[in-house]
Amino acid sequence: MPSRHHDEIAVGSELPRFTAPPLNRLTLALYAGASGDHNPIHVDIDFAKQAGMPDVFAHGMLSMAYLGRLLSNWVPQEAIRSFAVRFVAITHVGDAITCSGTVVGKDDATRTLRIEVNTRNQAGEIKLSGDAVVSLDS
Amino acid sequence: MIDEKHIGALVSRHTVEVEAGRLRFFAKATGQTDPRYVTADAALPVPPTFLYCLEMDAPNPRALIELLDVDIGRVLHGEQSFTYYRMAYTGDRLRFETRIADIYTKKNGALEFVTCDTHVRNVAGEPVADLRSTIVVRNTEVP
Repeated sequence: MPSRHHDEIAVGSELPRFTAPPLNRLTLALYAGASGDHNPIHVDIDFAKQAGMPDVFAHGMLSMAYLGRLLSNWVPQEAIRSFAVRFVAITHVGDAITCSGTVVGKDDATRTLRIEVNTRNQAGEIKLSGDAVVSLDS
Repeated sequence: MIDEKHIGALVSRHTVEVEAGRLRFFAKATGQTDPRYVTADAALPVPPTFLYCLEMDAPNPRALIELLDVDIGRVLHGEQSFTYYRMAYTGDRLRFETRIADIYTKKNGALEFVTCDTHVRNVAGEPVADLRSTIVVRNTEVP
C-alpha cells in the first residue's frame, strides 16, 4: 500500500473502487459460517419464504466487510477512527456489489478526512450508504 | 409492540479470544486477499467489521431477540457503526458488553427500531471500540 499523507489528499479524491463477484448461495453460506451470524433467513430458502421474503438475501454485514476492504486497501486500518453505514436496501443473490468511496471532508486542525462510502448493485441501486473518518498522521 | 421498559437493559456480557483460523475464514468469506490479513508469520489484525462477529460469539447470540420476544424472520439490520480506539490482534482476549440504548417505532408501528450499544475492552480494561447497532423489526411485508 502506498504511504499517504494528509496534506497530499484533496477533497473529491476517490478511493480505488472494486466490484465483488456476483453473490451466490455459497458466498452467503461461507459468510454465515465465518461471521457466526447463523440467522437462517440468509441461507435457508424455506425459512425465508415462511418469513415473507421471496428468497434468501445477503447479510448486510457482508457488504460492510467489503467496504472495510475498500478502506483498508487505501489506508492502513490503524488510520480508521470510525466507520458507519445505513443498510438502505436488501442485497440479493446475484447482485454484483461495487464498493466506492470519496473524500468529502478534510479537517486540517484534527488531521482527519471524512470519506463517504457506498455499495451499489449492477443496476446502480444503492444498497449501503455511510461514511468513515480516517486520520493518516498519527 | 416492543416494550420500551427494555431501554437500558443488559443484553450480554462475554469475553472472547481472537483466533487466527477464524480470521482467515473471515478473510476467505469476504474476499480479503491482502497478505496482512491472511499470512501466518505475524499476529493478524481483527478487520474493521469483525468485532460485530465477535459480539455475536456471546454464549447466547439470540439474547436480544429472546429478550424482546420478536420473530427473527422479521428482523433486518438497519444501521451499524464502529468507533475505534485501538487495534486488536489474534491472541487478544476482548470483553464485550451490550445494552439496549433505544427503542422506537416509525410508520405507525409498521417498523420498530431497537438500538444497542456495545463497549469492547481488552483485558487491561482499555477501550478497543464502541459498536452501535440498530435492528428493524418489520411488522408488514417488504418487497
